[in-house]
Amino acid sequence: MHPVLSTVLQRLGLGLATLLAVSVIIFISIELLPGDFGQIVLGQAATKETVAAFRLELGLDKPPYIRYFDWVAGVVRGDLGQSFSGRAASGQDRSREVAELIGPRLKNTLFLAGITALISVPLALILGISTALYRNSIYDRSINATTLTTISFPEFFVAYILILFLSSLNQWLPSLANVDAATPLDERLLRIALPVLTLTLVIIAHMMRMTRAAIINLLASPYIQMAQLSGASRTEVIIKHALPNAWAPIATVIAFNLAYLVVGVVVVEVVFVYPGIGQLMVDAVTTRDIPVVQGCALIFAVTYILLNLSADIIGIITNPRLLHPK
Amino acid sequence: MKDKFIEKQAQKLTDGVIDRRKFMMSVLATGLTLPAALGLANKAEAAAPKRGGTFRYGCGHGSTTDTLDSGTSENHFTLVNTYNISNHLTHIDSDGQLKGDLAESYESSDAQTWRFNLHKGVEFHNGKTLTADDVLASYEHHGGEASKSAAKGLLSAVKSVKGDGPNTVVFELETPNADFPYIVSDYHISIRPEGDMTSGVGTGPYAIDDWEPGVHSKLNRNPNYFKSDRAHFDRVEMTSIMDTTARQNAIMNGDVDCADKVDLKTVALLARSPNLEIDETTGTGHYTFPMRLDVAPFDNYDLRMALKLAVDRQELVDKILLGRGAVGNDHPISATQAYHASGLEQREYDPDQAAFHYKKSGHSGSIQLSAADAAFAGAVDAAQLMAASAAKAGINIEVIREPNDGYWSNVWNKKGWSACYWGGRPTPDWMFSAAYTEDTEWNDTAWKTTDAAVKFNKLVVEGRAELNEVRRGEIYAECQALIRDDGGCLLPMFYNNVWARSKKVTHSGELAANWNTDGAKLCERWWFA
Repeated sequence: MHPVLSTVLQRLGLGLATLLAVSVIIFISIELLPGDFGQIVLGQAATKETVAAFRLELGLDKPPYIRYFDWVAGVVRGDLGQSFSGRAASGQDRSREVAELIGPRLKNTLFLAGITALISVPLALILGISTALYRNSIYDRSINATTLTTISFPEFFVAYILILFLSSLNQWLPSLANVDAATPLDERLLRIALPVLTLTLVIIAHMMRMTRAAIINLLASPYIQMAQLSGASRTEVIIKHALPNAWAPIATVIAFNLAYLVVGVVVVEVVFVYPGIGQLMVDAVTTRDIPVVQGCALIFAVTYILLNLSADIIGIITNPRLLHPK
Repeated sequence: MKDKFIEKQAQKLTDGVIDRRKFMMSVLATGLTLPAALGLANKAEAAAPKRGGTFRYGCGHGSTTDTLDSGTSENHFTLVNTYNISNHLTHIDSDGQLKGDLAESYESSDAQTWRFNLHKGVEFHNGKTLTADDVLASYEHHGGEASKSAAKGLLSAVKSVKGDGPNTVVFELETPNADFPYIVSDYHISIRPEGDMTSGVGTGPYAIDDWEPGVHSKLNRNPNYFKSDRAHFDRVEMTSIMDTTARQNAIMNGDVDCADKVDLKTVALLARSPNLEIDETTGTGHYTFPMRLDVAPFDNYDLRMALKLAVDRQELVDKILLGRGAVGNDHPISATQAYHASGLEQREYDPDQAAFHYKKSGHSGSIQLSAADAAFAGAVDAAQLMAASAAKAGINIEVIREPNDGYWSNVWNKKGWSACYWGGRPTPDWMFSAAYTEDTEWNDTAWKTTDAAVKFNKLVVEGRAELNEVRRGEIYAECQALIRDDGGCLLPMFYNNVWARSKKVTHSGELAANWNTDGAKLCERWWFA
């Protein structure tokens, strides 16, 4: 079998096992949290009868393992289930499908992650390559210092500083990124300008430094010295000879950061009031809305698995020894 | 006579019933000079609410579990949204008085049978005309057997609800309740069309355009709203902004027109912004430290009294509320409410007396106080301050920091002494029945069996049926004294509601204090200047 295909199949199989494990862990962790959906929703107003009524209606009175297998059976059929919210509250069932709840939020998150990736990935590559090219120059040092500074600050701090300068002192960009499905694209881009800038500053250092390190690492190899001796220019050596062999580690780091953009930006979402999936999951955890938490966790796990898989594939494709094994 | 006529004409101009020309003609006819008449016209017009604009409100609440069913309303976002889309039989107006909302008038001769006469010709957003049947269906939804509404307990004393013609609803109560018109103003019990309690169709000032729970609610003005002098905005956009800093940034940068729940620590800085106004009301909301009488050592009167005397209330108001609040007197009726017992002496910090009672109680060792910021912002700090002031009286309070998660299910109403907040209730009877009478599950002090508690429970029932205002006042004053001295309620402070408003938006100057942001009816009452 072709190595790319076998890797994909093997990884997908492992991915499924990982998903199963993740769902069990998430389910158990939520079970361990104090209070259930009924108690949390009713808060101070929770009485024994109303909580019991909630539990009965939501099926929370069943033992946990039965609820878990019910859920898994649903997911296998492509049904993420019904959110707890709205269901027990009214006479009629007004709860929403988890998929319907997650859908628009996921779109928003992917949009923000996509725009950020479009800007930060090329920028990080250009900076990484150019700093490798002019390593130990003032340019190299200042880029390194700047990106290290921005990655060292917590993201909410970067966000607040940007808001202070770009939206409070000078009212250039909106500090609220409250977009919805009806927001036109140009306004949407304007509204997410600050979150994108914040995320770019936070993730760029990692990718840029990995690019730089991977290339510099290769520059000591004999084949690069051969290229230099044959009279290739510095740019040529790096772009033509070093970079193709550096893709594997770079792709891994990029995949890692893209996954972070999807699953880890809840702080940025909160600061800019961006309706993304992170906020949804935090909300769901605080209200013990288990179906929504499970749905989000599933999507996060899938994101990680798929992105890592693509990084591996890039690693294989760019390495002739792996692509054409003997 | 003449003054009255001019006043009436000015009111008409303010309300937009007549135009400026007509106003000038009519008041000049009374013999007023032209400059004087012009001045009057300007004044009347300045106060006149203007129609138009999109009002953007940044709300510090909201969750993906929110629904449009007012029966499960439990945070400020859903509360404001309920008032946007629907009305109730009665409501508390900006001046703090109870007035008819959908009910034009209401009456009872014995406080047991209540008749509510509905406004005629009120339309729901879907064009249906409001009738008594809709009210009956709404009350069935909130008070019926199968109801899951939070107002079910409130309506348990209702024996029957019947229609009497298309525009009259008659309530029959189990026992007389002079406060019943207040009960029907409860925000949960909104009136919706028969057969559709949950989709968000109501009679309210605004109709839902786009609703995303936990994110936003966007509404357009109801063109057929039955109140001609309300609902001034063309459109309302509510956004849930949970993060305090984000909310304050939003109002400072002009991204919203009103932001509630501002951080008291930075409100002075916010007030310096040239574009913002800070509004503040002292309401019925209060912070308490309930001691449960069914848990030792709080069953001891002297120990409870010692702890009540060992708290420096003014210090708590100054340091926890940063001065934006009022000291409490260990009973839940605020000084701004009717029937507040003003004759009761304010309890002061008195380490000597506290030490005296503590010694008399015979207790030794530390006393555990459970607190978490889930109870209220600064609850743990407040507990530490109390421990420090009690230490001066020789009382050792051990503050236990509880997790926020599950605080209301595992700590409050279970542990012997904990921190708690109450939003308050509009009437003493309602407040007492919510947290102090023997039959309520939320009796977080378990104050039920002492002689004073038995007397208190009798008095509450008596006061409920009493239609004589003076006698009711006496009964409620005694109730407050009983809670204050014998009860397990340690109530050090009432908090203010503080919010920031853009100067572009204005209101009549009178703000209802029953809820945050003008009784949560800001969208109905405010307008763009």
